[in-house]
Amino acid sequence: MTTIAARDSVPRPRSRRDELQDKGFSYLLAFTAFLVLIALAGAALSMLWGGREVLAQEGWRFFFSTEWNPVENRYGALIPIFGTLVTAAIAMLIAVPVSFGIALYLTEIAPAWLRGPVGSAIELLAGIPSIIYGMWGLFVLVPVMTEHVTPWLNDHLGTLPLIGPMFQGPPIGIGMLTAGFVLAIMVIPFVSSVMRDVFVTVPTRLKESAYALGATKWEVVWDVVLPYTKSAVIGGIFLGLGRALGETMAVAYVVGNTVRFSVSLLEPGTTIAALIANDFAEATDTYRSALLLLGFVLFIVTFVVLAIARLMLMQLQRREGLQ
Amino acid sequence: MKLSIRLSTAIIAIAASVGAAQAAEVTGAGASFVFPLMSKWSADYNTATQNKINYQSIGSSGGIAQIKAGTVDFGSSDKPLDPKELAEAGLIQFPSVIGGVVPVVHVAGIDAGKLKLTGPVLADIFLGKVTQWNDPAIASINEGLALPDGKITIVHRSDGSGTTFNFVNYLSKVSPEWKEKVGEGTSVQWPVGLGGKGNEGVAAYVKQIKNAIGYVELSFALQNKMSFALMQNAAGKFIAPSAESFAAAAASADWTNATDFSLIITNAPGDGSWPISATNFILMHAQAKDAERAKAAREFFAWAYENGKAQASALDYVPLPDSLIKQIEAYWADRTK
Repeated sequence: MTTIAARDSVPRPRSRRDELQDKGFSYLLAFTAFLVLIALAGAALSMLWGGREVLAQEGWRFFFSTEWNPVENRYGALIPIFGTLVTAAIAMLIAVPVSFGIALYLTEIAPAWLRGPVGSAIELLAGIPSIIYGMWGLFVLVPVMTEHVTPWLNDHLGTLPLIGPMFQGPPIGIGMLTAGFVLAIMVIPFVSSVMRDVFVTVPTRLKESAYALGATKWEVVWDVVLPYTKSAVIGGIFLGLGRALGETMAVAYVVGNTVRFSVSLLEPGTTIAALIANDFAEATDTYRSALLLLGFVLFIVTFVVLAIARLMLMQLQRREGLQ
Repeated sequence: MKLSIRLSTAIIAIAASVGAAQAAEVTGAGASFVFPLMSKWSADYNTATQNKINYQSIGSSGGIAQIKAGTVDFGSSDKPLDPKELAEAGLIQFPSVIGGVVPVVHVAGIDAGKLKLTGPVLADIFLGKVTQWNDPAIASINEGLALPDGKITIVHRSDGSGTTFNFVNYLSKVSPEWKEKVGEGTSVQWPVGLGGKGNEGVAAYVKQIKNAIGYVELSFALQNKMSFALMQNAAGKFIAPSAESFAAAAASADWTNATDFSLIITNAPGDGSWPISATNFILMHAQAKDAERAKAAREFFAWAYENGKAQASALDYVPLPDSLIKQIEAYWADRTK
């Protein structure tokens, strides 16, 4: 008896083999996590290193200059940065409300037999290669923009004060607005599937309590479902935004690829990714250096945007804590 | 899984046996412009001689960089290097095939070959100075043609390319203002217009946008049934783009006095010459590390000059004139020992 009790009270040292295995396993996991960091830092730094020639030549001007002249080797990143942000913003303005609608319909309103097929169809959209979106945009969306959308925008929105100049332009159908449309369609599957997945997690009793108090569907969604899932929804939106900022091929087909500033969304423009994809193959020396530095700029732009997202999220959580 | 292992073993086995059977597999890289023809030539050459040519379409700049680094047996570029640069890198240079750049328009009521343009007017259009189709500058050289009162939309290549290089090189030759304001290069800062990716991108834009003008290689203009314009050449004649007018430009160009064939044949003299003709160039080391493979590469081009003319014409390229081939062979004999 006593021997047994003594044996139980003093825990046996762990088997050495187990300990080693655990340690090895934790190192392996740490390595996989750091691998991503190393790859990220490596990619960013090698682009910065590749762009050192232009950085030395242009200095800070590179980030604020609107010039992009390969013949005279003068480069500035402002117009591609502007184009990247504007097309991504248009995409999100369209994609977020539509994704919200899709997710709500699938979780709250649609009959059960419809939820599976429609949900899978939306996820399938995410698997289509971006070049297909680009070609669809060029051959299907551009003619629609030319014949219907652009003239309508010119006549109706183009005459408004303040925002008018944004909607005045030639009926060529190629430009930042079209690129924004195509991006929106590409981003919707990401945002809507995240939203749908988190809307499902809202406890039924919360919703039913609201319904019992006489709330309408909209009130339940806006006052119960959304606050409950807020941070995950914002996370989903920024996942989509990340994709919109970096998308290359689809944008290169429809954005017009012109390094020229224009207030109008109907005029051709360019984005960082599209400009790199277009010119990299034939670029040498300083020009190649400028494109690599532009790649680094895209890193920074994406980083800043995602950092802002994090800050917003933290702000939200803090405010909730105070309430 | 099992199947894929078996498959890859089979592929390795085949590759090994091929490697053993053939001494030299020649590799080349460069301009995308000649890629369709290189593929056809190397396939036919393989059938005829069992020798293999492997050509990678990576762009002219890439081709120049790769041959300088010595990673390929020949490079290809749409832009000739000057003799000084060639000498520094120990390279030789010779033409492979002729092509041409064609202005294409999309204007209601104007069919292929109806619109006439001169070099300076074309430059003014691409500078954004001539903005309407019924501008007197265009109307005065197109009497009897109903030109619409529409704004011209300019379409250019968005990617760096040899097509753009030859096009803007021509504009620089005929318009001092273009030369001063824009200049020449594989990509330039376009004063106006929008950019399509590749020949197919420009063709698609011009076909979709009313009152547009762009420039593409001849084969794209023909395959897409686009309305090309007639151009006034250096001799003052209005010429249609065709294999004959490209060949005329290549034949009238002064190759004899061009060291290392470093000559851009835009704005070539001669009554029948198309003014925006272009040459693709091959770059090789004069003293190759692997002399055997360099020789195999030259044999391939000698074969292509001799037996590859029909394939070139079928793909809307223009084979080199015989006089030029003789000069190239003499150049080889002189420069490679």
